[in-house]
Amino acid sequence: MNLEFHHIAYFVASFLFLLGLRGLTHPDSARKGTILAALGMLIAVAGAAWPKEHFNYWYIVPGLVVGTIIGIPMGLKIPMTKMPERIALSHSFGGLAVALVGIVEFKETLDPTRFHMGATGFEVLLGALTFTGSIMAFGKLQGFLPGKPSTFPFQNFITVGALVVAVAAVVYMIFVPTAGVVFYGMFGLALALGVLLVLPIGGADMPVVICLLNSYAGLAAAASGFVFNNPVLIICGALDGGSGFILALLMSKAMNRSFANVLFGAFGSDATAAAAGPAKAGAAVNEATVEEAAEVLKSAGSVIVVPGYGMAVAQAQHAVRDLAAILEKNGCRVRYAIHPVAGRMPGHMNVLLAEANIPYEQLFDLDQINDDFATTDAVLVVGANDVVNPAAKTSPGSPIYGMPVFNCDQARAVFVLKRSMNPGFAGIENELFVHPKTMMVFGDAKKTLTAMAGAMKEGH
Amino acid sequence: MTTAILVGAYVFMLAAFLGFQIIAKVPALLHTPLMAFTNAISGISLVASLHAAGSTQYSTVSRILGCVAVICATINVVGGFLITDRMLKMFRKKPGAKS
Repeated sequence: MNLEFHHIAYFVASFLFLLGLRGLTHPDSARKGTILAALGMLIAVAGAAWPKEHFNYWYIVPGLVVGTIIGIPMGLKIPMTKMPERIALSHSFGGLAVALVGIVEFKETLDPTRFHMGATGFEVLLGALTFTGSIMAFGKLQGFLPGKPSTFPFQNFITVGALVVAVAAVVYMIFVPTAGVVFYGMFGLALALGVLLVLPIGGADMPVVICLLNSYAGLAAAASGFVFNNPVLIICGALDGGSGFILALLMSKAMNRSFANVLFGAFGSDATAAAAGPAKAGAAVNEATVEEAAEVLKSAGSVIVVPGYGMAVAQAQHAVRDLAAILEKNGCRVRYAIHPVAGRMPGHMNVLLAEANIPYEQLFDLDQINDDFATTDAVLVVGANDVVNPAAKTSPGSPIYGMPVFNCDQARAVFVLKRSMNPGFAGIENELFVHPKTMMVFGDAKKTLTAMAGAMKEGH
Repeated sequence: MTTAILVGAYVFMLAAFLGFQIIAKVPALLHTPLMAFTNAISGISLVASLHAAGSTQYSTVSRILGCVAVICATINVVGGFLITDRMLKMFRKKPGAKS
């Protein structure tokens, strides 16, 4: 084997990707890491596109140009609140790219070895199901598909059956590598499988699904690395696959549920089971006006803000920051308690609060801050629901029982900013809302926060 | 051939292990940028897409499929790195100037 430019390019690129990833372990080094990885990508692409025999650019240049034209707004214009949708969409592009490359490989390899065929099969299987699964996830997040879990009879049986048949098809192709019908049948089945897998999953479980799709996209890329015998593809695929898998594990752990339960449990679809919780029907709700809330906040020495998906929906992160600025001027200590599954993807809330210029030292994880609620004057729950539901600690019958939640009820006062008394995504009653310490402030979170800030200013 | 498979398997094992070690250290604070970042580097499938689109020995249909793959992968590479950097720019230590 002659050492060629692309060999060196892939080697250097792999090292730069690892360096870049290591940069992400700290916010101070993360940007440098990203630039190193981007440089690695440039080198790898230069290696792949370097002039060689039987190679021209007629179909490459238009692809690069169109991809760049679409990619730039995808990077610069998408609002931060739409990040889960944006990530889901890009997983679908990644899956499609890998699946198409696999199909080309199948078409053009006249005398494939068994190994080559098996790797191509898994590449196409994973790529295709990532493609349709991510489009489903995107649709549910964006709202053009119903966010509630969709179920039908024998659903799990059909989904698992389809998965078994698809894998069996790949195995069959290892022994009969030229079976075109089986190959394209498997491709179609994998596309259907992506739909089937995401159909029964509700909005609140999206963080796990997005992470898993991230993982599948990576594994598909790694499989293509085996097809092309190209280490840089294997390395990137392994990093991506591993990252998605770790995040999915963290997310399920933060919900105290297993993968199987998230994927096949159709969480929140069974309204009768959810309603059977021990919530006291008709318990008195304390409602507070904006002015009453502002009065309490004026004298508070410490406040913890608990953001949730509702904050993203209302785009209230800047209003949170404005209120926090006034509180801090009063000498109040403001911190933010961020649950691992708050929002629709890992780290969603952190990005939104960072966008609103809130320094990251004020953002705390569940474990870091949960013991501090007892010494806190006031808690502001902005669009969070399940992550503050005490049923997770007290009601063994509740679907979210065992999930770690914030100890909001230990604080001196709790304000819940909410549109109405409708239960959250999981459809579970929340006892915190009828807790004696809790005051509900109904209305759009952004407007409520702005009005609170206004009411606090008036007092000066 | 067997050597190539074995070496590939070793590379996968080592990269996955190293990835697990590094990613476990990424703070929850940066999990969204991490996903955008891994999404961008998984655009490395562009390397394979370029091969499919560029090979003159392939049929036109294959090369067109390759071209579509190039588009998809390029979107992820360009958009992925841009959005990762855009997010990371926002994470700041001290209360900065009002935006």
